Amino acid sequence: MTSWIDLGALGHLLVVGLLCGAGLPALFALGVRVLNRPAHPGAAAGEPAPTAAGGAAAPALTEVRARPTVASFLVAGLCFAVVAAAIGLGIGFLVTRS
Amino acid sequence: MRASTSSVHGGYNGGVEDIVLVLVIVTALAFDFTNGFHDTANSMAASIATRALRPRAAVAMSALLNLVGAFLSLSVAATIASGLVDAGLISLPVVFAGLAGGITWNLVTWYLGLPSSSSHALIGGVIGATLAAAGSGAVKWDGLVQKVMIPALLSPLVAMLIASIGAFLVHRVTRDVPREGRDRGLRLGQIGAASMMSLAHGTNDAQKTMGVITLALIAHGTLGAGARAPMWVIVSCALALAAGTYCGGWRIIRTLGKGVTDLTPPQGLAADSSSSATILLASFFGFSLSTTHVASGSVIGSGLGTPGSVVRWGVARRMFVAWVMTLPAAGLVGAGCYGIVNGIGGTAGVLITFLLMVVGCAWLFALSRRAPVTHSNVNEEWAEPAKAAPATGQPATAGQPATAGGHAPTAVVTATGPASSVAPAGPAATGPTLADDPVVAA
Repeated sequence: MTSWIDLGALGHLLVVGLLCGAGLPALFALGVRVLNRPAHPGAAAGEPAPTAAGGAAAPALTEVRARPTVASFLVAGLCFAVVAAAIGLGIGFLVTRS
Repeated sequence: MRASTSSVHGGYNGGVEDIVLVLVIVTALAFDFTNGFHDTANSMAASIATRALRPRAAVAMSALLNLVGAFLSLSVAATIASGLVDAGLISLPVVFAGLAGGITWNLVTWYLGLPSSSSHALIGGVIGATLAAAGSGAVKWDGLVQKVMIPALLSPLVAMLIASIGAFLVHRVTRDVPREGRDRGLRLGQIGAASMMSLAHGTNDAQKTMGVITLALIAHGTLGAGARAPMWVIVSCALALAAGTYCGGWRIIRTLGKGVTDLTPPQGLAADSSSSATILLASFFGFSLSTTHVASGSVIGSGLGTPGSVVRWGVARRMFVAWVMTLPAAGLVGAGCYGIVNGIGGTAGVLITFLLMVVGCAWLFALSRRAPVTHSNVNEEWAEPAKAAPATGQPATAGQPATAGGHAPTAVVTATGPASSVAPAGPAATGPTLADDPVVAA
């Protein structure tokens, strides 16, 4: 069985795949998050938000977002830069491979 | 990449008639077209479903990136199914029959709205034709298991795992972010991931056809052994792939984007990121994966990883059946085509098989017009046929829009039919009778 599958390469694929395939979107999502923080962080953090008066529509997420601060721009920029660098590496691989 | 030589022997060794060469090239380009057409869904179904891109913008962008990708790969190996069949036994009729098998299976699965691997269809077709031509000794079964079957089994699982973890993380990170800003941001990220997939697809898949045509030219004597693909081959293959991509296999896009699970922007981002990472890394680590298996696994995984999301296992099961069927079914058609080519013999055999294939494709296309899926109705709500529906023996509309071109998102299909049916027919009364088709019957 092991002669049929290169288990080492498969393991590498899994680890790097998780880092890139799951880690990068999570990092990107973090960037999106710090730019779009809810105005009342506690309000929607846990279970479905306490319904406002007459909240039949049960809006779990507040539509009001806090203004991004300089720090949040920095954090988001860092997140997006890492993602962009990874995409650049991917394109570089595609171009040089052939 | 090497521009490897590949010996071509067989009935046409030394003096292939020009018309056979032309037919093989046309068939190869047609296969390339169905390849693009079939695989648009892999890179763009999720972006279309989450509305990150409008349907036509998505296919246009994917086509452009496939075109760019195709031109990135200029040193093409003149091979077909290398390492899977005895290269010395590949003659032009075998190549032709293999391509015919691949095209036929691609169109049948497109008609049924099922994503299936174009590489597997081509490999299956060539192996079938080789079996018919030279017997089982000419097929390298070890290579088939190692390079095709095991990756096909593992790749969807790997993609599923990565996408489910990714979807869970993205969901967690953004769950209390105001919906509008979240969706706008995540959709942008998704477009980036989908673009990477399109580019990677172009570099991979156009090469296959370029290699086949170069091989045919070497067999004909137009090119010397070991020659590289001429520019016109590269340009025509790139254009055929891009044109196919632009036409968009909407039926497959619909199944993958709307049928498997209801993709939200976090899921879409996770699915496309997982797919592009898996495909690029697999290529880096030397695995040959099918884009289709990876993309399907990612979409399923993104549904599994998101709390409260539902995966329609009926749809997933049909896709799985199509994957398993691809090699043997394309192989059967390939073997059948070789039988006709060889039975009639010579140029006439190739010509008649070619015409048969054209007629078959036209018939499938005509059938598909009964319940067309286009850019305008690709995103309509998915409706599984009711479990209680009486089995009339007619394949019915499984989740396909009831009305052609309708924009109403509430077009619920109420046609009767077996719940497992996959044929996207019109109203049950006019459904095609593909009952003997194994996928429909499954």
